[in-house]
Order: sequence, then structure tokens, then C-alpha cells
Amino acid sequence: MQNRVLVLFAHPLFEKSRIHKSLVNHIPEGITFHDLYQEYPEFNIDIEKEKELLLNHDIIIWEHPIYWYSCPALLKQWIDVVLEAGWAYGPKGNALESKLVMQVLSTGGARTTYQPDGYHQFTLQEFLTPFNRTTTLCKMIYLPPFVGHGSHRMGDEELLALGQDYAFLLDHFQRNKLDVEEIQKYEYLNDWLTENGIA
Amino acid sequence: MSSDFLPQALVYLSAAVICVPIAKKIGMSSVLGYLISGIIIGPFVLGFIGQEGEGIMHVAEFGVVMMLFLIGLELEPEAFWEMRKAIAGFGFSQMIGTTVLLFGLFMLLGWEWTMSVSIGLALTMSSTAIVLQTLKEKGLSKSQAGEASFSVLLFQDIAVIPILAVLPLLATTDVTPDAAHSSILGELPAWLQTVIVIGAVASIYAVGTYLVVPLLRLIAKTGLREMFTASSLLLVVAVAFLMEMVGLSPALGTFVAGVVLANSEFRHELESDIEPFKGLLLGLFFMGVGASINFQLLAESPGQIATIVCTVIFVKFAVLFAIGKTFKLKNDQNFMFALGLSQVGEFAFVLLSFTGQLNIIDQEWLGKLTAVTAISMMTTPLLLLLNEKVISRFFGTKEIPDKRPADEIDEQHQVIIAGFGHFGSTIGRLLRANGIEATILDNNSDQVELLRRMGFKVYYGDATRIDLLKSAGIENAKLLIAAIDSPEINNELIKTVTKHYGHVKVLARARNRFDAYELMEMGVTNIYRETLYTSVHLAIDALQELGFRKYTATRQGQKFISYDEKALERLAGSRGDMKEYAINARREIEIQEKLLQNDLLLDFSAEDHSWDSNFVKETLMGKK
Repeated sequence: MQNRVLVLFAHPLFEKSRIHKSLVNHIPEGITFHDLYQEYPEFNIDIEKEKELLLNHDIIIWEHPIYWYSCPALLKQWIDVVLEAGWAYGPKGNALESKLVMQVLSTGGARTTYQPDGYHQFTLQEFLTPFNRTTTLCKMIYLPPFVGHGSHRMGDEELLALGQDYAFLLDHFQRNKLDVEEIQKYEYLNDWLTENGIA
Repeated sequence: MSSDFLPQALVYLSAAVICVPIAKKIGMSSVLGYLISGIIIGPFVLGFIGQEGEGIMHVAEFGVVMMLFLIGLELEPEAFWEMRKAIAGFGFSQMIGTTVLLFGLFMLLGWEWTMSVSIGLALTMSSTAIVLQTLKEKGLSKSQAGEASFSVLLFQDIAVIPILAVLPLLATTDVTPDAAHSSILGELPAWLQTVIVIGAVASIYAVGTYLVVPLLRLIAKTGLREMFTASSLLLVVAVAFLMEMVGLSPALGTFVAGVVLANSEFRHELESDIEPFKGLLLGLFFMGVGASINFQLLAESPGQIATIVCTVIFVKFAVLFAIGKTFKLKNDQNFMFALGLSQVGEFAFVLLSFTGQLNIIDQEWLGKLTAVTAISMMTTPLLLLLNEKVISRFFGTKEIPDKRPADEIDEQHQVIIAGFGHFGSTIGRLLRANGIEATILDNNSDQVELLRRMGFKVYYGDATRIDLLKSAGIENAKLLIAAIDSPEINNELIKTVTKHYGHVKVLARARNRFDAYELMEMGVTNIYRETLYTSVHLAIDALQELGFRKYTATRQGQKFISYDEKALERLAGSRGDMKEYAINARREIEIQEKLLQNDLLLDFSAEDHSWDSNFVKETLMGKK
């Protein structure tokens, strides 16, 4: 294995999410899947355990739905308490240095609505600025997100296709050394997959 | 039933009904109340009852027998077996120590040695009735002092048998004792007597296990409540009769029968059937003791009798206290133990009258010593009262070093925790982990010593006492955490505090919703039900085991708690005229039923669409 991949999954109502069921079901062998809402239903995050997990992986993935242009509350809590000063950031905070980090997201609205002239008026990348900045401050390398847009309208086949792409992406991440600069040219990882004909 | 049954019953019952509540009201035990009512209706005050008091005593002694049956019922065979060392240790040393000392004293007075021995033995006995009744009333049966006292009493019960057998050997005359105290075993050789005694006890065990329980099952099936009561009584009477036949103490026999039946499913029925009879007969017994005090003899030689009473009590106390020390009882427990058993008991009446028949002592001494016995029984409740109000204050609190006044204010804690068992200690630990030191009130001396070593500020004693609360700093406290095991005591504490120290915020422990109702009626708003949070926690885990997401289950649990707390308030409002003891089983079921019905109408998910993308979709896009 080239990279050890950690999926930090945050969904408060996973049992009713078609899109994330498809995504999670496609996570291949060898990936560490960490279900935050299952682990910390009372929001009492075990900071030491979370740090240990981070240290033991090379690529960190936050998988979650987009709620109000941001992440679910528990993931925000996780960011607040785990990424400590002097550990994750600051003069001596080098624990996460040069780890890769990315988000796997679902949104209700279609990709076209996340445009300057679209319904939401900003791109998704722009909305994700806080995550980008947070991870950069932690000396990590922020990769473009992998997104499932328009979850409300997605049919079973599309869900399956998205899941398969996700499976392929994770598998690829595990096995190969990534050309980070190349990847960062894309807006979404979905695009990178399509254009390189990998998927 | 003779024609004077009704007036007699009227006299006894009204004396009891008037005196006992008054005694309780002014803080004395019910035993003292009965004794005083006995004196009042006795031949020397009102004279409602005369010499027939003694006849009544015989009937009433049966109350003691019943009490031992009930004690046996509460003691399972394994527990009894574990006590064997305590019975032998405490009991044997008390018996030998006290008898030898009294014997020495009497010899110094120049009495005959036979008289000294037999009176020494008689006065060594303590009163099972008084001691156990008092311990139970004070809730101390399970304390160290309680168990030690019980061991001594049980040993005495057993010892009465050989003593009755030995006394005739001391007799100078050839008078045979009357039939009441002889037995069919009298003429048999000693070894055979032993065999028969052991056989009798074994037969109680066998019959109890293989005959009585199946029989009770049959009777229970008839569904006739009074038949069950009748069989309970029959059981006790039959065992007592059998024991008297073979010359054993009926109390001991019924005790064994109780132990045998402690494991059966009828334990609670038997208890509740016998309990009222026991209570009444014991009351009658105490009244009989009160009535039998011969005030004429007292008036003739008050000094002599007073001296004997004091000496005997002192000797008994000293021996018991030394034993308690040897067995490492804590001082407070030891005082309770030694003072509690310091009286001369009802067995002395039996032994004294027996020695009288044997002509070992003359009639005058018999009268005097009987009076001594009765008077000593009266002193116990008073001595225990003295112990509670005066002596016990020196324990527990005295180890707190005296601080200069200035320090004392710094030392005052804002939080007082009353009751430091499993419930309270968890609270104390969490507070302490957060740098909050609490002042702790507890009445378990072992616990208190441990906590002191751990650096807790602990006050020992009854938390409902205002002076204890004061020295614990209630006047400057912010919070009172009422976490005492017994809801009654907890409520009493809260009543006292809210009445006198209104500024203190009370956080109260409740076992269940019924405790909570009472607390709400007392105006407490912070109520913590033991049976709510833990059960909900378990249910959350159960839901998770069944496939629910942990977070969803947790939210359901949290919602359930707030729903249940609201339901509690609603039901408390509709509880209306339900008074203290009106919450009977039927009412409890009614409330359960109402709760369950309301639950059926309840759909947590309907009022909550958080994160539900289908709901969002339907709402935003108008799809149904």
C-alpha cells in the first residue's frame, strides 16, 4: 500500500441518506472508516484517540453532507477540539504536516446552482474556504472535493455510478503515489477522474 | 373469652394508643411508650389492671417468639451460617464475662454461692424484645452494632436451655420444678437429650423445607387470605409448642423455622401476616412489664434497688463495651451495642421464677430482682436517647480540628452532600474532580473514617438534625445535595432545610416517580430520578444493538427524558388528593397505565425533520 487512507464520516441521519449509503457501501478494503456520529453520539470526542488515528494515516477524508454551506455540527466539533494549537498548527504544531486532506460531499442542489450566476451565487470551492484554510494552517495539503450534487434527484443508477467512482478513487489513492499538483488543477476530483479516463 | 375481655382490651388498647404516639412525638422509642402506659394502667397508678398482668405477660411473651420468627425470615440460611463466629464470639464472651463479674460481686456481699450463680446467670440475659425492636425502629439492624447485638441475643436464647437444665443441680432442696419449665427430656441422660435437641432442630429444617412450603402452596391456591394468615399463625404456634415439649426455647425454634422459610417464595406473605400480631403482642408484653413493677417494694427500699439496678447495668455495659473494643467496633457503634444490651431481659423473669421455685432465692429477693429487671428494661430507651443526644456527638465531629474563626469561614464549603453511599459518592467524586470540595454528612461510621482519610470534610450523624446541619455550615451553603438512601429521611432533611434555610438550593435524589411526586409537592424543582437516566441509557444501547444508529437512539433517549419529565409534572398536578400513604399498588398501576397510554400517542419522529433530505425535498419541491 502506498497510502493509508482514513475516512472520517459525519452524518447525523445516515439511515435516511441514499447517497451516503451508496458511497459508504463502496468503500474498499484496507480503508479505515470512522463513523463519528456512531462513535460520539453525545459529542464527547476522544481527542487522544482521534489524534492517534490521524497520525496513523496519510490521506484524511471528511465525508459528509453539506448543511447550510458547511459541515454537520459534530464534524465542526471534531475540527474544534482535535486540531489543537501546538499539535496541529502553530510554531510547534507539525503533527499533520504534508498529509493529504479532502472532502467527500453531497449537496441537494445541482452543480449549476453553485455558480456566480447560479442560485447560490458562489462556487462550492468558495464555500469550502474555511476547510481549505483550516487544513492549510495545519500544514496539510488540501485536495479538491469529490461531490455528489443534486442528491434529491438522483436515481438508483446514478447513485450506483457515484459509488463506483468513489470506490475507484479510494482504491487509486491507496495504491498510487499521487501527483498532487496535477490533481489540484481540477475543481472537483470527479472531473479529474473523468478527464483522465480513470473512471 | 371471659366477660371482662372487652373492658381489658379497652384499657390496654387505649393506653397504647394514647401513650405510644406521645412517646414517639417527643422523640422516645415506642418501647418506652408501652412501658409507661403499662405503669399507668398498672396496680400502682390507675389500677385498671391488677395481678392478672402476669397472666397477660405469658400470652405476650409469644410476641417475642413471633419476633424471632420474623427475624429468621429476614435471615437466609447462608447469612445465618456466616454469623456463627460472631454468635459464638460476642455471645460467649458476654455470657461468661458478665456472669463471672456479677458472681464475684454477689459473693462479696456474702450471698450463698448457689444464689450468686443463678442470679448472675439470670441478670446476664438481655432483652431480645427491647433491643431488636429499638434497633429496627432506628434502622440500625444491619449496622455493626445491630449484628453484634443480635449475635449476643441469639447466643443467650440458646444458652437458656442448658441453664434451665443446670439450675436444679444448684437447688438445696428436693423440690421439683413445676411442669411449665420441665420437659419430657428431664429424666433422660444428657447425651440422649443432646441428640433429641439436635433432632428437633433438624426436624424443623426438614419439615419446613419438604412439608410446610408445599402445604403453603396448596393453601395459597385456595385464595382465601385468612386461611393463609391462619396457617402462618399455626406454623409459629406449632413450632413453639414442639420446642417447649422437648424443652428448647420456643423463640429459638421459631427462629430456625424462620431461617428455613427465608428462601421460600412465601417469605413476604408470612412476614406481612405475622407482623401485626407480633407488634401487638410485643406491645402487650412491654405493658405487662410496666404493670408488673412492684412500686411497693420500690418504696420500701428505693436505695437498695436503685443501687442494684445501677450496678447491674454498669457491669453489663462495661463487659459489653470491652467486648466491642476487642472486636474492634467503632466507638459510636460500641456505645450503641453496649448501652443497648445493658438491661436485664425477659428471660430473667423465667430464670428468676424458676430459681424461686427451686428455693435458691427467697420470695423477697425474687420480688426485688423482678423489679430490678423491669426497671432496667425501662432504662434502655432512656440510655439510648442519652447516647443519641449527648454521647454520639463526641464521635465523628470531634475529629475535625478546631480552626481559628477566620479559617473557618474559608473552610466553609458551598456544597453539602447528605448521604455518601453509591449515589452521593459519585456526585462528590465528580465535584471534587472539578475542584469543588463538598461537606459530607453520613451516618455510616466506617464510611466516615475512610472519607476522612481521603481528605473529605465529613460530619458523622443524622443529617436531619439541625445542629449537625449548622456545624456543617448550612447557613453559608449554596447547594444542598440530598442523596440519602432512605426517601423518608431524605424528605425530612429537605423539609427541615427548606423551612429553616430557604436560601439553600436543594438538588434531590428520588428513587422513582412516586418519590418525585412527593418532592414536587414539597416545592423541590431539581429532582433526579435514579430510575430514569440509567434506564434511558440502557434503552439507548438496546436500540443500538437492534440496529438503530447510535446518535438517533441517543436523541430519542434525550427526547424521552424531557417528555417523561413533562409527563411527571402533568401527572403530579392531576394527582390531586393523593396523600402520603394513598399511593397504593392499584393507584400505582393506574398511573403506569396512563403513562403507557400517552406513550402510544407519542411519535417523536413526527415533530423532528432535522437532516431528513426527503422531508426537505418534499417541502421545497412540493412532492408528496
